[in-house]
Amino acid sequence: MSLQLSIWIIIGLTFALYIGIAIWSKTNSTSEFYIAGKGVNPIANGMATAADWMSAASFISMAGIISFVGYDGSVYLMGWTGGYVLLALLLAPYLRKFGKFTVPDFIGDRYYSNTARTVAIFCALVVSFTYVAGQMRGVGIVFSRYLEVDINNGVFIGMGIVLFYAILGGMKGITYTQVAQYCVLIFAFMVPAIFISIQMTGNPIPQLGFGSETQDGVYLLDKLNELHKELGFSEYTSGEKSKIDVFFITAALMIGTAGLPHVIVRFFTVKKVSDARKSAGWALLFIAILYTTAPAIAVFARTNLIETVSEKNYSDMPSWFKKWEETELLKFNDKNNDGIIQYLEDEKLNELTIDKDIMVMANPEIAQLPNWVIALLAAGALAAALSTAAGLLLVISSSISHDLIKKIISPKLVKRKILKEDISEKGELIAARISAFFAVLLAGYFGINPPDFVAATVALAFGLAAASFFPAIVLGIFYKRMNKEGAISGMIIGITSMLFYMLKFKFGWFGGGDQTNWFLGVSPEGFGTIAMMLNFAVSILVSNFTKEPPNEIKKLVENLRTPDE
Amino acid sequence: MKEKNKLYWKKNLGYLIVLLSIWFVVSFGFGILLVDQLNLIEFYGFKLGFWFAQQGSIYTFVILIFIYIYLMNKLDKEFKS
Repeated sequence: MSLQLSIWIIIGLTFALYIGIAIWSKTNSTSEFYIAGKGVNPIANGMATAADWMSAASFISMAGIISFVGYDGSVYLMGWTGGYVLLALLLAPYLRKFGKFTVPDFIGDRYYSNTARTVAIFCALVVSFTYVAGQMRGVGIVFSRYLEVDINNGVFIGMGIVLFYAILGGMKGITYTQVAQYCVLIFAFMVPAIFISIQMTGNPIPQLGFGSETQDGVYLLDKLNELHKELGFSEYTSGEKSKIDVFFITAALMIGTAGLPHVIVRFFTVKKVSDARKSAGWALLFIAILYTTAPAIAVFARTNLIETVSEKNYSDMPSWFKKWEETELLKFNDKNNDGIIQYLEDEKLNELTIDKDIMVMANPEIAQLPNWVIALLAAGALAAALSTAAGLLLVISSSISHDLIKKIISPKLVKRKILKEDISEKGELIAARISAFFAVLLAGYFGINPPDFVAATVALAFGLAAASFFPAIVLGIFYKRMNKEGAISGMIIGITSMLFYMLKFKFGWFGGGDQTNWFLGVSPEGFGTIAMMLNFAVSILVSNFTKEPPNEIKKLVENLRTPDE
Repeated sequence: MKEKNKLYWKKNLGYLIVLLSIWFVVSFGFGILLVDQLNLIEFYGFKLGFWFAQQGSIYTFVILIFIYIYLMNKLDKEFKS
């Protein structure tokens, strides 16, 4: 069977599955639409959270990035898993006990203030939009690379699918499609990894394989370090980034993970508090399968690549090399005209440039695996992008229909007697579906016309989440004295300092600056940690100089700390 | 009742401190701050610091959450009866 045909068949089948699930899980109430009626089994919720969390970036780009930076890639591995420990221990159970629909719900109620609620809505929208644009773009790229569809048409197809199941099924539809999407994406990620591990080391478990010996009896990692030394690259198992920067970036990613609203909201969907803890455990287990395999793939791909291309005749290159050259993600420039590929660290002598995204996508071809494995990989990448996009869209739509319309605008209109009564559940549901519709359109627009800042703002999304939500939620649970003045000023200081640092060093505003001007040598990616500390400090300080929170709020906090009924 | 709830919370905080200390030591400690020292030790084909940064810390995270689930389920049972 031709490659094109197998890709169409596999993608068609998975899409049919997602649509079927959406029709089966049609929703009729706001509770079902926002939080799946609190009826999700914790293991299923773990899978849904894993798919929700692992985006196109985790699936396509991460192993490739690690492949090029070696040890320095650890910031993503630890940063994007360690946050689940914080979620499980510090946030998820208490937020589930609180038992409302959204993160701004918690912030608004705990800090008895619509100002706090509005700041939270603003943060949720900014974080989610920057994220979702990247996912739509990912969908478009997968379509264009594998099916020779125009990128824009790819985005349209993706929008259509997400629109269908997000609007029809709400959180319930999204949850069960995410369960299916997790299965597709993890299978698609593991199959090539296992094949390649067997090919290179004889060990079928990639996590062990990359610490095993190759056929010539040398440990794979030692061999790779040796290859790196010969070509002038720094040792694979040691990094180039400064220790302090690695520390701060890892912390920012961990805390950002724990503060992302589309992840947090998944823990509202289970029956009991103990199920929220369980979900977090299962979610991390399912995520860890991919995250412990990625560094193995990185090593396999890196070694394979160097052995295939370095000092070899250009005319002898296999067909995948030519194919990826056409996409311009792989470029060969024969500087010394000897017809041989020199792949070196030295910019002046190096003749090969490789885009990091190739490493995962071309891996099955490099390892000469059958067509259906390549087709599977395309379906897996789409599953990763679509599941994350859907989760984010739900946060956007619930922020608008529930937090903004139901909790802020509608009561105000009633007070001014413009409306007779509060918006009905039916009305809210319609508002939720309409806002989901417009959110998809806007996300699609950004997918087709990606603003230059998308790549930079994904890091910003983590920084923002770390600097805004995390301290406000943690203090709301663990510090009874915390009041609205403290929380609001903390969130505002956290966000603005983060924005300032990003704009200054990523976009050259406020006089710009380079690495030598970094505060304590911390990059903008790591600054979220510092902004978060600022938020904590300001929150505690301000709340100690202002009025105590009212008694019913103290009771609410005390209640969060008791065992579940 | 109030005393009972206070004790429950105190025990919970105790678990959090212990588990989060381990969380910090394996990732920020072994994986970042002490990575050069640990890389001098090799086992199987891995340098130990590198292994903690790209494998060991993640396994530990999973185990930590499941330990917390176990401890809290036990604590919940104890305080409900």
